[in-house]
Amino acid sequence: MVDATMKSDAAVARGRQSSSLQRTFQRKSTIAFLMTLPLILLIAVLVIYPAFYAVHLATLNKTMERYVGFSNFLFLFKRETFWMVVWQSCIFAITAVIFKAIIGFIVAHLVHNIPSKGQRKWRGMLLIPWVIPPAMSTLAWLWLFDPSYSAFNWIFERVGISPIPWLGDVYWARFCVILVNVWIGAPFFMIMYLAALKSVPEQLYEAAKIDGANWWQTMRFVTIPMMRNIIAITALFSTIVTFANFDIVRVLTRGDPLDQTHVFATWAFRVGIEGGDIPLGASVSLFMVPILTIGAIFILRDIVKRGNEA
Amino acid sequence: MSKKTISRRRFVATGAAAAAGVVAAPYVSTAQSGGTLKLGLWDHWVPGANKGAEDVIRAWADKEKVNVEIDFITSQGNKLLLTIAAEAQARSGHDVISLPTWQPARNANQLEPMDDVMGDLIKQYGPVNATVEYLGKINGKWTSVPSTVGSQMKGPESRIDLMKQHAGIDILAMYPAGAPPKADGWTLDVFLKAAQDCNKAGHAFGIGLGTTSDSVDTAGAFFNAFGAVLVDQKENITVKSEKVRQALDYCVRLAKEYPADSPSWDDASNNRWLVSGRGAMIFNPPSAWAVAVRDAPQIAEQIWHHGMPSGPNGRHAPFLPFFWGIWNFSKNKSAAKSLLRHMSLRESAEKMVEASKGYDIPAFTSFTNFKTWAEIGPPKGTLYHYPNPHNHQILSIAAAPSPHRIAEQIYTQGLMTKMIVRGLRGDKVESVLSWAESELEGFMRT
Repeated sequence: MVDATMKSDAAVARGRQSSSLQRTFQRKSTIAFLMTLPLILLIAVLVIYPAFYAVHLATLNKTMERYVGFSNFLFLFKRETFWMVVWQSCIFAITAVIFKAIIGFIVAHLVHNIPSKGQRKWRGMLLIPWVIPPAMSTLAWLWLFDPSYSAFNWIFERVGISPIPWLGDVYWARFCVILVNVWIGAPFFMIMYLAALKSVPEQLYEAAKIDGANWWQTMRFVTIPMMRNIIAITALFSTIVTFANFDIVRVLTRGDPLDQTHVFATWAFRVGIEGGDIPLGASVSLFMVPILTIGAIFILRDIVKRGNEA
Repeated sequence: MSKKTISRRRFVATGAAAAAGVVAAPYVSTAQSGGTLKLGLWDHWVPGANKGAEDVIRAWADKEKVNVEIDFITSQGNKLLLTIAAEAQARSGHDVISLPTWQPARNANQLEPMDDVMGDLIKQYGPVNATVEYLGKINGKWTSVPSTVGSQMKGPESRIDLMKQHAGIDILAMYPAGAPPKADGWTLDVFLKAAQDCNKAGHAFGIGLGTTSDSVDTAGAFFNAFGAVLVDQKENITVKSEKVRQALDYCVRLAKEYPADSPSWDDASNNRWLVSGRGAMIFNPPSAWAVAVRDAPQIAEQIWHHGMPSGPNGRHAPFLPFFWGIWNFSKNKSAAKSLLRHMSLRESAEKMVEASKGYDIPAFTSFTNFKTWAEIGPPKGTLYHYPNPHNHQILSIAAAPSPHRIAEQIYTQGLMTKMIVRGLRGDKVESVLSWAESELEGFMRT
């Protein structure tokens, strides 16, 4: 009898254990964690490990034989070219993001106003620059700017305009890298803004119309407030990606002329891989982390604040 | 049944003898002894050139019973540089690796010393050119073996017709096929005048001022022609010297005759300039001519490769060598050394030169008379003077003779071309020199 009771107690305990395990596995958070685990592992291997390795490299001397602390960063702060690269990266990222946002905003409105029957075709066509691998499309741009075969200069010559040294003059070269970045990135803004526009309730526009709001007032008090979070997130995401851009500058100018189109990533590559100073290259590439972190904190805090207010 | 026992003393003695035998034994091939050798070789631009190197390697592998795995690694997108950096970091990868210009110095402490191989080759074939020695022999030790594949000269590649028509210069008379050059009058002043005349006629010399190697090599050759050194062998910054001022002044005057966007040119821009028919001259190995043979035969027929103009410090031609190195973590060093000896033989070099259609130039000065250069065309003999067969030029490289860690920075950052571009945009000479001095101070870091 005692034996039978003990057996049943053990069975109950086992049952409790298995049911708690079942409960754990039935929890949505557990399932979500397990499903994202492969991605977490992938990020750990491909992002977190290299990031910490880059920090480690940035603390070594040129020959990577001894620890030098922050000396590489202190060395960079004394270099004229480094501050030029900081300045150029800011010009490149800020100008490109502003133009991408403006063009994306305008085109999103234009597409939004196309009758829904033909809208899909336009959306697809306008996304083409964004879906082509940037290295390939930039190569096509390089040929358009090429000194021997430039299509633009060929047209200019036909209409009596002097050819332009597109990539040989500092200001034209900067214009070209920003232009190509805007061309590639504007469709992303367009599609995000279009999604935001479609989610604005029609009743708000009807109410504004009844209140006698004009076009500008409708835009200012209805459309933009409703799109604000999307605008902020898109701008943040694009700023990060544009700051870290490598392929456009690398293919188009390689930082020339006179290093005046370099951004952080291309200069880090020049110094680290081509110049054989990997620790200094790692230091250059890490320099953009605090800039982007501060930007991200401000924008995300604003979004959370507005979310709480709502 | 007899049972033989081995004493502990005998076992130790036998083991030690066997170990000594393994260490001291030369590389002996048997059907099973070779093992596997992994090669990371530069992927040649010239179609069919890889096959030439592969045939040489396979012939050795069959004879020595070694299993050889070859990876041809492109230098497009700096893939070869990235591979070398990754293998040096991981201490793992290929046994033999192709090393461009500055890589033997950069990786010297991870490369197997090659003094024995180079000593024997020099004894057999005579000296290598001074640039190869500067780049491959680090602190008195050979770190690698000069590679025929990829080593190139970047001398003038001119249009015979345009030079005669617009500059009045008969290139064929100065550099006749099959005969020594008669180029005493081919000086920097004559060169500048020719550049002005051709530019005026709408056929500017296609010389870049970017930071890729074609631009840097050309600027370096002009600086060397004046004896202008930015940092000397003892690490003294010598940029504010009279010779540098003269070189800069000349290069700026010359650069006014280049195409307007030359500061942005890469290594393909000058090729396109010549093949498109717009340029009277570029500085390049024969790859541009090879493309013209395929795509623009009427232009190819007018292209002639020849020597550099001479300056106060002599006639300097930009030479860019490749090397074959063996990683010190390689597990098959003896086989790798045996292979590199085989690849450096005269007959192997000749096959590689033939496969590259004359593009490759071996490092040994006695190897500059192969029949490929004399016979290839059109026009026949266009490459006769390309490998400097009459030794009338000094083969040099930009930034030499500075210590390698500084010279590599000067070269990869394109310091000389940037100095020229600054002068071209109107900066005063002293301001350009001060800027260069500040950059050089940054390159000194260890």
